[in-house]
Amino acid sequence: MLETIWFALWGVLWAVYFVLDGFDLGLGSLMPVVAKGERDRRVVVNAMGPFWDGNEVWLITAGGVTFAAFPRVYAVMFSSLYTPLMLLLFALILRGISFEFRGKVDSPGWRAVWDATLVIGSFLPALLLGVAFANIFKGLPLDAQGILQGNLLTLLNPYGLLGGVLFVLLFLVHGAIWLAIKSDGALQGRARRTASLLWPVLAVAAVAFLVASWFVTPLYANYLRMPLLWVLPLMAVAGLVLTRVFLAAGSDWQAWFASAAAILGATWFGVAGLYPALLPSSLDPANSLTAFNAASSPLTLKIMLGVALCMVPIVIAYQAWVYVTFRAPIAFDKKGEPAY
Amino acid sequence: MEVLTLSRIQFAVATYFHFLFVPLTLGLSVLTAIMQTVWYRTGDEDYRRMTRFWGKLFLINFAIGVVTGLTLEFQFGTNWSRYSAYVGDIFGSLLAIEATVAFFLESTFIAVWFFGWNRVSKKVHLLSIWLVAVASNLSAFWILAANAWMQHPVGYTVNGGRAELQNFVAVVTQRYALFQFAHTVSGAFVLAGFFVAGISAWHLLRRHEVALFTRSFTLGITFALIFSLFEVFQGHLNAALVSELQPVKLAAMEAHWETQAGAPIYLVQWPDEAGERNRVQLLGIPPILSFLAYSSADATVRGLREWPADERPPVLPVFLAFRAMVGLGVLFIALSAFGFWKRKRLTDYRWYLRAMVLAIPLPYVANELGWTVAELGRQPWIVYGLMRTRDAVSPLAPGQVLTTLVGFILVYGLLGAVDVYLLAKYARRGPAAE
Repeated sequence: MLETIWFALWGVLWAVYFVLDGFDLGLGSLMPVVAKGERDRRVVVNAMGPFWDGNEVWLITAGGVTFAAFPRVYAVMFSSLYTPLMLLLFALILRGISFEFRGKVDSPGWRAVWDATLVIGSFLPALLLGVAFANIFKGLPLDAQGILQGNLLTLLNPYGLLGGVLFVLLFLVHGAIWLAIKSDGALQGRARRTASLLWPVLAVAAVAFLVASWFVTPLYANYLRMPLLWVLPLMAVAGLVLTRVFLAAGSDWQAWFASAAAILGATWFGVAGLYPALLPSSLDPANSLTAFNAASSPLTLKIMLGVALCMVPIVIAYQAWVYVTFRAPIAFDKKGEPAY
Repeated sequence: MEVLTLSRIQFAVATYFHFLFVPLTLGLSVLTAIMQTVWYRTGDEDYRRMTRFWGKLFLINFAIGVVTGLTLEFQFGTNWSRYSAYVGDIFGSLLAIEATVAFFLESTFIAVWFFGWNRVSKKVHLLSIWLVAVASNLSAFWILAANAWMQHPVGYTVNGGRAELQNFVAVVTQRYALFQFAHTVSGAFVLAGFFVAGISAWHLLRRHEVALFTRSFTLGITFALIFSLFEVFQGHLNAALVSELQPVKLAAMEAHWETQAGAPIYLVQWPDEAGERNRVQLLGIPPILSFLAYSSADATVRGLREWPADERPPVLPVFLAFRAMVGLGVLFIALSAFGFWKRKRLTDYRWYLRAMVLAIPLPYVANELGWTVAELGRQPWIVYGLMRTRDAVSPLAPGQVLTTLVGFILVYGLLGAVDVYLLAKYARRGPAAE
């Protein structure tokens, strides 16, 4: 039971990370497309400014919880996916410092450097996380020692790449809508248009992913066994449809929540299909790491559960307060500085 | 080179680099919060400008601390997967708790502080910098509790080929964790005190904003004096704890080869590892070592030769790092005591102000030396007495680790250079006129 609860929490933490940092990663990737000129770029950067760092902690927590609740999963996942995870790490390092450094020297060349690192550092994580999770859904070629029988190219199979494309598109739309919320005038118009233009591509990728999962992954077995789970992919589909509806109506916040629901639904579609495996092996089911054969001791799981049940609601409360406090579109003060 | 060596070098690079930023975050958050509190209470405009100025330097430093911390969490899994699988039950849960309890708070409220000057009330704004200060130090506690468990594992049983938690309270309240927390945080506070005093000294030498930088200097030097004095007493307790719980580390710290009652400390020493003795050994003061380690003049201090060679840490670097750290600690007391004494007439002592500018890097060195003693002194164990470092490494190909190691050196080199450039730029510019 404890193992199952932690499996669910594991899925929740990753999904919350994708929703929250997803808009940062998407918007960072979109910057060169939507921002025309320095003023626009400042709006884009400041639209993420108060949030990205707190959002990234959800990744650290998701990683930490994997370490704490399923140590063998953490060990095998991080070592067998060494190269992609290191790329992810380098990208996130560049992304984080871009925010801090770009405004510190008043020179277009300087800003151009940190804008470039922001774009790369946002796009790569979106892609890599998608490729990694799609490969996990499909099963990794793990031997009995938990060693990956393959390399980076093994992960770049069509289904893995489709997962990468899906994540990138989900985050791009999510980020474009966030920019629409945080901007006004021509930039807001471009943000909305970008989201609307990307939406059909996203819809195609999402449907392709759901269909491909039927043929390539064992995910649907759980759905056939337990039809109630269909709520999750339905949530993803409904979220996507509503995103389009609200975008057409110009209701940015509603569209953002709808695309958040799509991301949650898409993540949980995969996670629920995985259960009880966290890292299924495509070589031999006996090599799979599951919530049961990879879990920590019951005492650790209980203590961690206590901490999570106490602290996560508090974290959500103060982060929600931050979102409410800094919800207004970016304005500029008399000196032409972006001001909250 | 083999994967083990490469992974150890990579971990050392990542940890040393990360710890260039952490201590300033721990200390300067508190100092900035104190400045802002004075401004909040008195309305004194100078303190508002000080908060702005030191807060800006704090933020430049903070960003790199955050992103390089990510590397450490990743590396346990990527490079030390056997370790992670073996200790995750305990070590992993401490890291997860750190993220949930402290790191969220720190990362969320730093943004409230930075973006909130005109958006939240003065009271909430003050609260947010204090939350950052408390959360970053709380975060240090959980990380150090995790490290303390590697130094002195408690509250566990070995079951099914891994260490499992048996007593959580024992893990987080063991003396090693509490002592290491006290030692590390006061070392960080000394560093922040010298940082503030040193930059203030640079401006005082140029008679720039004398009133504001005298105040900054006084705050920094008071902080540095209190915590460098504390560090000496606490450091002594720490060494006594090491002699009790990790006697081989103590023997390496002192290059002490022969088990001996009433053991002396030699002022001049040079260990000869191959010969299992000291090549040079002069000016012994008996029985200081016995007394310091066990509070008894005739206590027996076990020498390195009692352990087989493959259970000893590398003696020379541990010995040198310990000596240099202690020497620097004494120097910090002397420098901060003098500055505190002359704080009203600082500009009369130009040589001292110059020395304080030059002293800015020294606490950084001392902090890194401390980690060298702690981590290298624990070798060949990754978890003292329980798991060897060589058994902890991931099954990777050397090329993979070599590639990322080169990547870290390049990226961190760039980050370090940009950080120093920006810190120097904003430190020299001084507070904005406003």
